[in-house]
Amino acid sequence: MRKLLTAFLGATLLFGVVGAKATPEQDRKATLEYFQKKFPNIKFEDYVNGAFIFSPDAFAQYNSIMEFPPYQTVLEHGKKMWETPFKNGKTYASCFPNGAKDIAGHYPYFDEALGKVATFEMALNACRKLNGEPELAYSDMKTMGVLTTYARSLSDGMKMNIKVEGAKALAAFEHGKQHFYQRRGQLNFSCATCHVQNAGNIIRTEYLSPILGQATHWPVFRAGDNLVTLQTRYVGCNKLVRAVPYAQGSEEYNDLEYYHSYISNGLPLHADVFRK
Amino acid sequence: MRKNSRLMLAAGFIGLVLTTSSFAQENAKPAEPSGKDLAFNNKKGNCLACHLMPGVPGAISNTTIGPPLVGMKARFPDKAKLRAQVWDATKANPQTSMPPFGKHQILTEQEIDKIVDFIYGI
Ligand code: HEC
Ligand code: HEC
Repeated sequence: MRKLLTAFLGATLLFGVVGAKATPEQDRKATLEYFQKKFPNIKFEDYVNGAFIFSPDAFAQYNSIMEFPPYQTVLEHGKKMWETPFKNGKTYASCFPNGAKDIAGHYPYFDEALGKVATFEMALNACRKLNGEPELAYSDMKTMGVLTTYARSLSDGMKMNIKVEGAKALAAFEHGKQHFYQRRGQLNFSCATCHVQNAGNIIRTEYLSPILGQATHWPVFRAGDNLVTLQTRYVGCNKLVRAVPYAQGSEEYNDLEYYHSYISNGLPLHADVFRK
Repeated sequence: MRKNSRLMLAAGFIGLVLTTSSFAQENAKPAEPSGKDLAFNNKKGNCLACHLMPGVPGAISNTTIGPPLVGMKARFPDKAKLRAQVWDATKANPQTSMPPFGKHQILTEQEIDKIVDFIYGI
C-alpha cells in the first residue's frame, strides 16, 4: 500500500518535471486534479486557508483570531502610508486604475517593456519612482511590508487571474515552475516535496499546506503581529532546507511567484491573515 | 580525520569513565550526544520530523510523513542496508522525502553510526 502510494506520488511529481511542455493551464488543472484526488472532501474555495484545512481545531483558533486581529495597528499604519500624499501632492491611488481596487489578482504579470515578470510590489515602487520618491526595499517589512499590507487589502475578494501570454512570459513561468520542483539545499527538498508530495502530512507537529491557494493571502501575520510577505516566506522555506535564499525582488523569486500565483487562479484573494 | 576520530573516541571514553566517579559529576562537561540525542535533535538527525518512534520515551511527534521506526531489527536483518537508507535514501527511492544524511554531509559518519545503533535497538 505504502509502496503503491509512493509510486503514485513519484509519478505525479515526475509529471511536474516531465510535463515541461504542458501549457500553464494544463499544469494548473493537473495540480487541481491531483489535490481533488488526494483530498476529495476539501472544496476548491477552502484551499485559501492553507494548512488550516487539515485541522478543524487550528481553523477555529484562526477564525477567532481573525475577529480581532492582534495586528490591527499595523493595518492602520499601512492605510496611513497609502493615503499620505507624496511631496508632489499625488497619491499611490493615482498610479492604478480604479484607485487600485481589485487589481492585485493581476500580479505578477509579464511586463513586455521590461522583458521581465513584474510583481505588485514592483508596481508600488514604480509609482513612487514616477512621483519622485525613493524606492522601498522589498525585504523591509516596516516600509514595503506595511504598505503592501493595506494596498493588497483593496483587492480582497478578487479572484486570482494571472495570464501567461507569449514565449517570453511562458519561459518565465517555466523558470518559476522549475524552481518549485527543483531539489535544493543540504536537506535536498524541493518546494514540491513539502507542498505537493507531502501536503496534508504532518512534519513533526505542523501540517504542510498545499501549493494550491498558497499565493492568495499575503502578507500574513505570524504568531501575533510578525508581518511576512510572500517572498519573505520563500526566504524562510529556502532556509528551512539549508539552501542559500535569493534576494526578495530578484528575478528568481519573481518568476517563482508568477508560477506559484498562476496555480491559484480562480481563488479569491484575502490580504492580511493570521498564520501560526 | 582518523586521528580526529580516535581523539573523539578517547574523549568519549574518558567522559564515560569520569562520569562514573562522583568527582567528575560535579565538574562534568556536557556529555557526548548519544545516538538518541542525535536522532531527536532538530539540528542533527531530526528523525522525529518524519518518523514516529512508538515506545521510545520522549519521542514527541505527530508526523505522518515516513513509516514509524519500530522493529528495525526485523525489518532490516542486514544492518548495512539500514545504514545505507540513512546515508542516502534517494538510492532506494529517487522520489523520497528523506534527506541524504551521509551523502550531503548533514551528519558525520560517526553520527550516522550512533543513530543507526540507536534505531537498530528500537
Ligand atoms: C521542509 C519542508 C518545506 C519545504 C521544502 C518548503 N516549505 Fe514552504 N512551508 C513549510 C512549512 C512547515 C510551512 C508552514 C506550514 C504551512 O503553512 O504549510 C510552510 C509554509 C509555506 C507557505 C505559507 C503558506 C500559508 O498559507 O501561510 C508558502 C507560501 C510556502 N511555504 C512556499 C514554499 C516554497 C515556494 C518553497 C520552495 C522554495 C517551500 N515552501 C519549501 C515547509 C516547507
Ligand atoms: C523529511 C522526512 C524524513 C526525515 C527527516 C527522515 N526520514 Fe526516514 N524516511 C522518510 C520517508 C518518507 C521514508 C519512506 C521511504 C522513502 O520514501 O524513502 C523513510 C524511510 C526510512 C527508513 C526505512 C524504513 C522502512 O521500514 O523501510 C528508515 C530506517 C529511516 N527512514 C530512518 C530515518 C532516520 C534514522 C532518520 C534521522 C536520522 C530519518 N529517517 C529522517 C522520511 C524522512
